[in-house]
Amino acid sequence: MELCQLTIHEAHDRLIRREISSVELTTAVFDRIAAVDDKVGAYITLFEDDALAQAEKADALISQGRVTPIAGIPLAVKDVLCMKNTRTTCGSRILENFVPVYDSTVVQRLKDSHAVIVGKTNLDEFAMGSSNEHSAFHPTRNPWDLTRIPGGSSGGSAAATIAGECIAALGTDTGGSIRQPCSHCGIVGLKPTYGRVSRFGLVAFASSLDQAGPIAKDVTDCALLMNELFGYDSKDSTSVSLEVPDYTKALQTGVEGLVAGIPKEYFIDGMDTDVAAAVDKAIKSLEALGVTLKEVSLPHTDYAVAAYYIIAPAEASSNLARYDGVKYGFRDASSSDLIEMYQNTRTKGFGPEVQRRIIIGTYALSAGYYDAYYKKASEVRTLITDDFKQAFRSCDVLLGPVAPSPAFRLGEKLDNPLSMYLSDIFTLPASLAGIPGISVPCGFSKEGLPIGLQILGGHFAEETLIRVAYNFEQTSDFKDKKPGLTGLGTPAGRA
Amino acid sequence: MKIEKEEIIHVGKLARLHLDEAAVELYERQLDDVLSYMETLNRLNTEDITPTSHVVSVTNVFRADTVTPSLSRETAQSNAPEGEDGTFVVPKIIE
Repeated sequence: MELCQLTIHEAHDRLIRREISSVELTTAVFDRIAAVDDKVGAYITLFEDDALAQAEKADALISQGRVTPIAGIPLAVKDVLCMKNTRTTCGSRILENFVPVYDSTVVQRLKDSHAVIVGKTNLDEFAMGSSNEHSAFHPTRNPWDLTRIPGGSSGGSAAATIAGECIAALGTDTGGSIRQPCSHCGIVGLKPTYGRVSRFGLVAFASSLDQAGPIAKDVTDCALLMNELFGYDSKDSTSVSLEVPDYTKALQTGVEGLVAGIPKEYFIDGMDTDVAAAVDKAIKSLEALGVTLKEVSLPHTDYAVAAYYIIAPAEASSNLARYDGVKYGFRDASSSDLIEMYQNTRTKGFGPEVQRRIIIGTYALSAGYYDAYYKKASEVRTLITDDFKQAFRSCDVLLGPVAPSPAFRLGEKLDNPLSMYLSDIFTLPASLAGIPGISVPCGFSKEGLPIGLQILGGHFAEETLIRVAYNFEQTSDFKDKKPGLTGLGTPAGRA
Repeated sequence: MKIEKEEIIHVGKLARLHLDEAAVELYERQLDDVLSYMETLNRLNTEDITPTSHVVSVTNVFRADTVTPSLSRETAQSNAPEGEDGTFVVPKIIE
């Protein structure tokens, strides 16, 4: 196998046996980026010189026997996580030249463990979108079919990981932005319980929902990254002070005796038949491993899209008020008075989807509408959370699809925001409830597009998620399949 | 739910966005769809339901009132589009 396609644990084994060096591994990743990123568009910024310097340092540490599982491993970081002295754009013109003066806690943790940071990955502007088409710079394409979207908003991190343009990556998930692109790209991604990972230096979109998490080629790598990222941070008062277990231990336990709930609202009429069949087959293979299945109901599922698309834009409209052309970021220099400067800066700096959500959020929070929208949505959020609490009284996990269809085509939903929002139906409820969820590859559509199984757990039940995900992963060879980087709609043959 | 053009313009002002005619028309149509969809929430009776403000129960977090190293003023202002003598410069506010 090519070096760039290795997992973290495979690369780590070779590094400590001195079969390869981090410099060789990092060089292989940059060679791959040079060969394919014109087609994929996974990155916004690359740090080749710095990465090779980090790799050399890691090699020196490895030769002294001082290693962490991610030392010398080339990783990518979604460009919504601040990294000191390198630009962090959030996929937006308004932050095109913004250079943070501090590291986000998650980036700091990667650096402390001597990972090699390859570059910053593309995303929907300010993480608002499900397709990566809302990046101000360029769209990212799905490596399995270049005519399709990779999912979003962590589409760059997901596409880079499956295309071998990094070994693994960090993403962020507000309403499904880790799980959905991982499902569409055929890899593993976990949204942690709200509060499990520090949000310090994660550029805020919707503060009550945002969480950073791992994007990886397999469940083992996912567990390794969770060990690195999780934990309390005094710089984020919403992070939770709970001991972090060694998640790789959860890989050693079977699933016999666990109870998996099958929410009937997650298997709806009109769902893509290939998705339904692949998820159904996955559920049956877990049953064969000794999991007891139980039909459950999450009766408020249908209301999640409406509740989310009030709460998230409302919080976004407030969070994005800080982009005023004064303290950092783009300023429209042509304006002669302050209000005009604010307006011109924000109108020229934000793209259409961000402006649309600011308008929705501002409307929902404006005088006379607060009770009807934000308060109502927050009450419905309680009902959605109670649905899960009820289900987890009798189930260890819930199983369902990540997305109602495989990756759609570029442009397909761009003119119809509501239809784009509705494609998030199966990831939004867990986000609103703050519970963890993982996406694991569970098959391919007839057209050869990956399909993901979503496993949900109660608050802080990540060990159980990893356990179920890992045991399921061993039942198939989905994780060994690699994309062709061609347009399936175009004539056969490698592009 | 019918959203009026004037409301879009008003909300644009509140959000400090300059919406031209084409944008107002586009948002009018798209927001109408979106807000009509939001109306589905009114099918639920939430009279006795406490709204969620935080999903995981945490209480106020306090720390000791001790001085720790922080960014210098110069560093903190290094991204400002315009600055002078340790201040942020903005267009004239008062005539």
